[in-house]
Amino acid sequence: MTDARTLPRTDAIGGRRPGFLARHAVWIALALALLLLPYLFSSRLALSTMSMMGTMIIFALSYNMLLGQTGLLSFGHAVFFGLGGFFTVHVLNAAGSGDWPIPLPLFPVVGGLGGLAFGILFGWVATKRAGTAFAMITLGIGELVVSSALILRRFFGGEEGITTDRTDVMSFFGYGFGPQLQVYYLIAAWCFLSIAAMYAITRTPFGRIANAVRDNPQRTAFIGYDTSRVRFIAFSLSGLFAGIAGGLSVVNFEIVNAAQMGAVESGSVILMTYIGGVGNFAGPIIGAILVTWLQLILSDATQIWPLYVGLLFIGMVMFVPGGIAGLLAMQAPVMAARKLHRVVPFYLLALAPGIVALVGLSVLIETSHQFSIRASYGPQLTLYSIPLDATSPLPWVAGVVLAVAGGILFMRAERLARDAYHAAVAQGGQG
Amino acid sequence: MLEIIFVSTLNGVLYGMLLFLMASGLTVIFSMMGVLNLAHASFYMLGAFFGFEISRRLGFWPALVLAPVVVGLIGMAVERYGLRRVHRHGHVAELLFTFGLTFVIKEVVEMIWGKLPVDYRVPSGLDFAAFTLFSGNYPAFKLFGLLISVGIFIGLLMAVRHTRVGLIVQAALSHPGMVGMLGHNVDRIFMLVFGVGVGLAAVAGVIAGPILVTQSNMAGLLGPILFVVVVVGGLGSLGGALAASLLIGLVQTFAVAFNVSLADLFGGTAAGAILSVWLADIWRVTVAQIAPILPYLLLVMILIFRPRGLMGTRDT
Repeated sequence: MTDARTLPRTDAIGGRRPGFLARHAVWIALALALLLLPYLFSSRLALSTMSMMGTMIIFALSYNMLLGQTGLLSFGHAVFFGLGGFFTVHVLNAAGSGDWPIPLPLFPVVGGLGGLAFGILFGWVATKRAGTAFAMITLGIGELVVSSALILRRFFGGEEGITTDRTDVMSFFGYGFGPQLQVYYLIAAWCFLSIAAMYAITRTPFGRIANAVRDNPQRTAFIGYDTSRVRFIAFSLSGLFAGIAGGLSVVNFEIVNAAQMGAVESGSVILMTYIGGVGNFAGPIIGAILVTWLQLILSDATQIWPLYVGLLFIGMVMFVPGGIAGLLAMQAPVMAARKLHRVVPFYLLALAPGIVALVGLSVLIETSHQFSIRASYGPQLTLYSIPLDATSPLPWVAGVVLAVAGGILFMRAERLARDAYHAAVAQGGQG
Repeated sequence: MLEIIFVSTLNGVLYGMLLFLMASGLTVIFSMMGVLNLAHASFYMLGAFFGFEISRRLGFWPALVLAPVVVGLIGMAVERYGLRRVHRHGHVAELLFTFGLTFVIKEVVEMIWGKLPVDYRVPSGLDFAAFTLFSGNYPAFKLFGLLISVGIFIGLLMAVRHTRVGLIVQAALSHPGMVGMLGHNVDRIFMLVFGVGVGLAAVAGVIAGPILVTQSNMAGLLGPILFVVVVVGGLGSLGGALAASLLIGLVQTFAVAFNVSLADLFGGTAAGAILSVWLADIWRVTVAQIAPILPYLLLVMILIFRPRGLMGTRDT
């Protein structure tokens, strides 16, 4: 409340309002980064990965409107992503065959409106309750929509889904959106707009009241706000942005199917948002980028990659509830005290045994996977370019030794790093 | 018709009782600890896979005892070293922890047993027809499963009513804070309740494994229905959980048995011709096809008209 009301006035009196560039430095940097990324990573794979990341950033941020801003844990958020996709795909097909004068960049709006409409409909049911009951209702709605989708084949296209051709619609100032690069810029533009819009929402009185509902619903109700209406608005708005993300996903992949509304997709947005950090606006952005990237490299390296992502998630829930963004934000006081050089060596000291422990764990996981499931392929496996035999004791012993030794050393180093951090913060506070 | 009703009722009650074996543990865990264990169905799946693995080596009877014990011990370890640690980060973190657990358990099962169904068969000692009615045989194993789950239900009821631990559990259902005040070792009770709760789910898994399909997606298929049961029955109410389990068990088995669609009922009439255009897919969908949706429809209806659930006494 204080930043919003008092700060601008004192700035105006002092006449030293920071310039446009300084005030919007983060946004300008974001726009530049989105513009320049394709020059840095120009391969086709990189472009399609970045397009997907852009979609997922919007999706994860829209989810954080619920989990992070309003304290609502939803297990069915992919419903709005998927429905947004289906509305977009149908309008795209109709526009393509009927020569409607709508260019492709406007189609995510259709997805957004679809998401908003169903956000209002389902939100009316779900947001009457909060907490665990809300979580269960969203889970039920998710299952309801997915199983209905398999029955209503005309709209949802059954298991194979519905395809489209994004180049069929009217061209946009000469751009046909055939090449992936043009699609990337379309998604990047929407990504920028959505991030800015969602950030703006957190700065409005509504955004602040949503935070109050998250932190202390009883008190918020006491000072005269209808908590279930606040939850309802937050739910509908997050449906809107999830729908936009779904529309962009259709533009990107030219296909949507019922599985995209399912529990797996709803789960993965929870993973992204939480791993990135729910307490910080930028957290879901980090999470979406990291998890998409992890899925890409891990699914290349191993068949059981979801296990690693799942373990990472549980680890974050148990030990780092603030997520990656929370960890980074913790460094702010250290940086302000200019004591970063005091703590970074300890972080590196903790990182080394941590990596050793992870390598040991992955050796154990991969060896047992080879031993049980992939036994028909023979016991040989290659890990970190070292050939191993799952039937010999060597990989098992090595895995246990690496994991246990690395784990113990990591815990010691972690304690040292923690002490160093607290010391640095305390010194900063004195100086 | 009579045959369909009779067989569907038996199957529905069996399915409902298996649901209740899980829902009862879930309800008690929720009432005492305030945690809705999203991984409950995953422990049921672990029960089925351990049951398969043990019965392959030692036979079905040891599996029926050992698998739930092993799963119960795993559950206790999860409570002691996982949930208790997460507890101080709040309710959302606890829910997310059990949610993450569903991921990890599913992946570990796939890592060890693969994605394809395993060959978990009805034990040969119980592989005969219990009785022949009308034209069909009713398998003895299903009847056995029904007896076991009813037996456990009665045993549980007795234990809750007449033992000291049962009294504490009962007290904790309505006044969780007070039980701690009275000086009971709440931590140990929590651990025990969690272990027993997931152990019961594992019993359901050992029995359901040969009847249904033992596969790594079985937790994902059953989990949501389980939560429907708990919400419909009323969060924290054992009686409600029983009623809702039976209700959902019966609704689902009866729906599957009826192959009627709107088109069959009103197909010949003039209004039917118009409706078939407007309703499109809905017009031709049979009751059997919408069976998977029914529990969720019931959930939404209950939440609109009776948000506390059938027998719930408190809001969350």
